[in-house]
Amino acid sequence: MSIFNLIRLALLALQRNKLRAFLTMLGIIIGVAAVIAMVAIGQGSKESIQTQLGNMGSNMVTILPSSNVAGGARMDASTIQTLTLPDVIALQKQATLLTAVSPVSSIKGQAIFGPFNWPTTLQGGNTDYFDIRKLSVADGIAYSESDVASAAKVCLLGKTVVDNLFPSGESPIGKVIRFNTIPLQVIGTLVPKGVSSFGQDQDDIIVAPYTTIQKRMLATIYLQNIIASAVSEEQSDAAVDQVTSILRETHRLRQGDDNNFTVRTMAELIKTLSSTTSLLTILLTAIAGISLIIGGIGIMNIMYVSVTERTREIGLRMSIGARGIDILLQFLVEAIIISITGGVIGVILGVSASTIITLTLGWPTLVSRSSIILSFMVCALTGVFFGYYPALKASRLDPIEALRYE
Amino acid sequence: MSKKILEIDNIRREFHMGTETVRALKGVSFTVNAGEFVTIMGSSGSGKTTLLNLLGCLDRPTAGDYLLDGTNVGKLTRNELAKVRNLKIGFVFQAYNLLPRTSALENVELPLFYNKNITTHQRREKAIRALEAVRLSDRLDHTPSQLSGGQQQRVAIARALVNEPVMILADEATGNLDTRTSYEIMALMQELNQQGKTIVFVTHEPDIAAFSNRTIMLRDGKVQRDAINENVRSAKDALASLPAADDY
Repeated sequence: MSIFNLIRLALLALQRNKLRAFLTMLGIIIGVAAVIAMVAIGQGSKESIQTQLGNMGSNMVTILPSSNVAGGARMDASTIQTLTLPDVIALQKQATLLTAVSPVSSIKGQAIFGPFNWPTTLQGGNTDYFDIRKLSVADGIAYSESDVASAAKVCLLGKTVVDNLFPSGESPIGKVIRFNTIPLQVIGTLVPKGVSSFGQDQDDIIVAPYTTIQKRMLATIYLQNIIASAVSEEQSDAAVDQVTSILRETHRLRQGDDNNFTVRTMAELIKTLSSTTSLLTILLTAIAGISLIIGGIGIMNIMYVSVTERTREIGLRMSIGARGIDILLQFLVEAIIISITGGVIGVILGVSASTIITLTLGWPTLVSRSSIILSFMVCALTGVFFGYYPALKASRLDPIEALRYE
Repeated sequence: MSKKILEIDNIRREFHMGTETVRALKGVSFTVNAGEFVTIMGSSGSGKTTLLNLLGCLDRPTAGDYLLDGTNVGKLTRNELAKVRNLKIGFVFQAYNLLPRTSALENVELPLFYNKNITTHQRREKAIRALEAVRLSDRLDHTPSQLSGGQQQRVAIARALVNEPVMILADEATGNLDTRTSYEIMALMQELNQQGKTIVFVTHEPDIAAFSNRTIMLRDGKVQRDAINENVRSAKDALASLPAADDY
């Protein structure tokens, strides 16, 4: 019997018991809808964490000075000064996996304007700094190359700093504030980034050329750290290796020497956070998967009932020439049609449920194509797996007994 | 008209029930030629049903040979038997065994679904022709529940005819019908026989046997009597002789 006829026959058989077919499907429908919605919630929250971290610069690579060994004792990182401008230049020239490199100097202190003052951090970089840290200018302009070269006394203010130094709401652009004792002209403000995932206020910051901080405040040739952007998040591990080998060379470290710097990436952090949401997704999927199995058992149950109920029909089919395999395929195709139809309805329901969740509860959801394909395939497999035994039972009936079955 | 359709030679069938052996058929032999209308009669327990199952290729004999249209059926596998049933035998059952909630046409088409060599178009055409042969061409789309008992049995006969079998095997085909409808069915059977169909009809009613050319009596697993019926009764005449308003 051709596959087309098998499908037609199965549809006819299902049509004879529409309500029962639907109720059988219901198990699969709920199972699939649950899997899709659960995975969508899991994926959605994972995605939202990743975008949040992405805003901080998910491909950011940070190079920190680290301990030199002095007389066997490792010294506190802050006292160690190993990173210098030649390192930055070397990275800019040689590191192919980095798109931007910026030296960083920073200093804590008191920002003062008129009667107001506010304790904050002054961060300095070159012109790439904004790009790497994913900062953008709200009002005014960013400092220029020549500002960096001349260690110009200019700065940009974060929102928290603006709120505290200019509580009346007047524009800070063009005003001159003091940081500790150094006067700085405000040339711009930064777009607020909010509180980071770690509870840190990302707007409590003043940004200035690093040369200004290095030369006018710290009076040092060393850098606090270097930040850079890897070409992509995926490439950041490779970028770490490249940075390490370049810096080992510029620092003239011999083989076997410890690195006197540390390279960190945002990707590591993302991995840690993602693993939590991945676990959540797995748990939700497992629960939904169980409901899919229960749906499958429902199919098996109904198929067994159907085989018993249609024993005479099976006997008749055998007497007019159906082989065992024909009967097996007939019932198997019926089970698969139930499960696949249930799967289709389930997918539609799952996708709409995810949309409704996003619209009403505001939870981020993400329906991935893979979850649809996967649950669809699981459905077909469920049909084959749970339909096979009842179908096998039907195909092994003795036609004589089946014909006389009451 | 002397081609042998059925050749049964000393056929035996034994069933093992635990430690006991039941001998249902104890050496049955007969031959049926093409174009014959044979009734097989016998009381309950005579081995009638066992013989029918063997003739219908639903079962295999314990010993002895069964040649159907030249094929030794006793040596075939389950699947080969299914093929023989599909191509060479048309079954008519006492309880009609039509698929419920399925149209007459689709019921008649059913055997052809299991024949790979028949296209959808041929299937439909053959089924319509078979239904025309049993004079039901105006009921193609009716489901069994919309048909009378006699009509249902006629659909079943059409189903038996549709694959152009070498033999129609009827099992108490009039058992569920009243006298008038039984005669109608027998008239149809006689008509088909006259067109050249070989018919083997299992029954326990002597009344029905009178319509056939030959009667084989089974008793206790053996052929008791195998006689040619000299004066075959015409079912059409019998129908005409029934009182006009017999529908009590």
